[in-house]
Amino acid sequence: MKPDERTPLGYPAPLIAGKQSYESVTDTIGSIVLTRKHPRSWWFGFAIAFALLMLFLIAITWLLYKGVGIWGINIPVAWAFAIVNFVWWIGIGHAGTFISAILLLLHQKWRTSINRFTEAMTLFAVACAGTFPLLHLGRPWVFFWLFPYPDTMGLWPQFRSPLVWDVFAVSTYFTVSLIFWYAGLLPDLASLRDRAVTRGKKVTYGILALGWRGSARHWQNHQSAYLLLAGLATPLVLSVHSVVSLDFSAAIVPGWHSTIFPPYFVAGAIYSGFAMVLNLVIPLRKIYGLENLITLRHIDNAANIMLATGMMVAYGYLMEAFMSWYSGDIFDQFMMANRAFGPYWWTFWALMLFNVLIPQLLWSKRIRTNLVALFFVALSVNIGMWLERFVIVVTSLNRDFTPSAWQMYSPTFWDWVTFLGSIGLFFTLLFLFIRFLPMISMAEVRELVSEEKQRKTTV
Amino acid sequence: MKTEKSIHGFIAEFPDHEEILEAAKRAYAEGYRCMDAFTPIPVEGLAEALGQKRSLVPLIVLIAGICGGIGGYFMQWWAMVVAYPLNVGGRTMNSWPAFVPITFELTILSAAIAAILAMLALNCLPRLHHPVFNAPDFERASTDKFFLCIESNDPKFDLTATKRFLESLKPESVKEVAP
Repeated sequence: MKPDERTPLGYPAPLIAGKQSYESVTDTIGSIVLTRKHPRSWWFGFAIAFALLMLFLIAITWLLYKGVGIWGINIPVAWAFAIVNFVWWIGIGHAGTFISAILLLLHQKWRTSINRFTEAMTLFAVACAGTFPLLHLGRPWVFFWLFPYPDTMGLWPQFRSPLVWDVFAVSTYFTVSLIFWYAGLLPDLASLRDRAVTRGKKVTYGILALGWRGSARHWQNHQSAYLLLAGLATPLVLSVHSVVSLDFSAAIVPGWHSTIFPPYFVAGAIYSGFAMVLNLVIPLRKIYGLENLITLRHIDNAANIMLATGMMVAYGYLMEAFMSWYSGDIFDQFMMANRAFGPYWWTFWALMLFNVLIPQLLWSKRIRTNLVALFFVALSVNIGMWLERFVIVVTSLNRDFTPSAWQMYSPTFWDWVTFLGSIGLFFTLLFLFIRFLPMISMAEVRELVSEEKQRKTTV
Repeated sequence: MKTEKSIHGFIAEFPDHEEILEAAKRAYAEGYRCMDAFTPIPVEGLAEALGQKRSLVPLIVLIAGICGGIGGYFMQWWAMVVAYPLNVGGRTMNSWPAFVPITFELTILSAAIAAILAMLALNCLPRLHHPVFNAPDFERASTDKFFLCIESNDPKFDLTATKRFLESLKPESVKEVAP
């Protein structure tokens, strides 16, 4: 191995493979949007996603007509699929911000080829997440009552409530993610404008690029703003899932009332987010021939982060079980026994299988670099993380303090349709993004090319 | 007859960032002030070499963040203590620990919105057209070429001398930019 191929972590695989120039990387990424014909798999995937999106609209229409009674929710299980799906989606979003902000500040250059794509993933996942609490409101058309504004009723939101914190956390998260994403897109939109061949594309990308010229002054302010946005997004991403977890832990329900929730939720969020990144990136790089830009090193790094955060989540499970015994609280002890051996026992053990046991395969480098195996491990984590939220929400609520209030919950047809429909919304947006915007940051990859060139001349 | 006012300036094309940085330094040393460089990647030190001041973005973001934080706390305090006090078990009205999350979120939100707006405003964007787009080959400034443009409103600008000076920097080409 030549010395210039060695990276700080000792990986043999470079960040960008093959001989690349400014022009070639811009062309590889830009042509996907501008000139290349879209593969059959794009149309196939888009058709399925769009069909599911239509299903989502039908489910929402029926919900608005009939009310939340079409779902299986009851008292005491008033929070079921809607909140499970909300927490699951918003967790998936976290990997995008983690990759784009935290890894930028830590100078992890490998993030460059995947950050744009994962930021888009964040936006779409948060959009899916946002729909659920809104639909769960019962009267979604008065959602604006959640915001503080001087209304004619003379009321204000209860700012001491974690549910109100959540409104602020999630809407801030979406707005900041959108700003961060657009700021990064600006130079790339200018590249697309300059390379577009048809008039329509030139005008559209030209308007979106806002007249970006790449002048020294532009770059100076842009770099400064981008770095600051990364710095702002870093504490934000840690705060969002912490606030989501406070929705649970501020309540006195056994299984929710726990101080470990914020860090354990954040780790779980990044865990499921990286799983989704792998599930999306593994097929995508193959279909669009991006193996030179999204290399095995990226895949391996993402798998490593998944393993690390997965271990934190497993520690969270262990501590939950330990504390319920150690606290000596009979309700807590009952909650744990009910989770593992009660009527929903199989969700708990499936969670352990999907989220704790199967991911242990990632210790092996052979699995981490075997794309098919890794894809299925990531899928298992995604299912596992969904089950985790199901276990937390449903098994805690269905049997709390007084046995006379106990009630079983089972999802109805419309619960499933709404959930599947939100997956359709996510993938429809993702397919459109791949079709119309550069899925890898061209400007940042050009910077990487320039750095590689310099490294080769100095070694 | 061509005069200095009838063109936007001269633009020189360079192959990479070391060359343009060197050219910018020499042009500044030569006494040119009204000039700009256009590059496909951010070049460290280029703005300073052209004599531009430090970016104002961080200061604006700081001020916006502080205002957002104070405003966020004030909003909660006013709603919970003055406008709609709700006595829950005699707990204090100004319960500041419960106000921390929203104060934090609004700090971040204001700072982030300020960051993008300040960046755009300081760059005079959106501005969909600019004379420099008239430069031949300029579309490559967003792909693989590095440009240095000396504008005709520079006091030292001269139709022949400036062109000769730019040629002496050994660029790939020097071209006129229509206004």
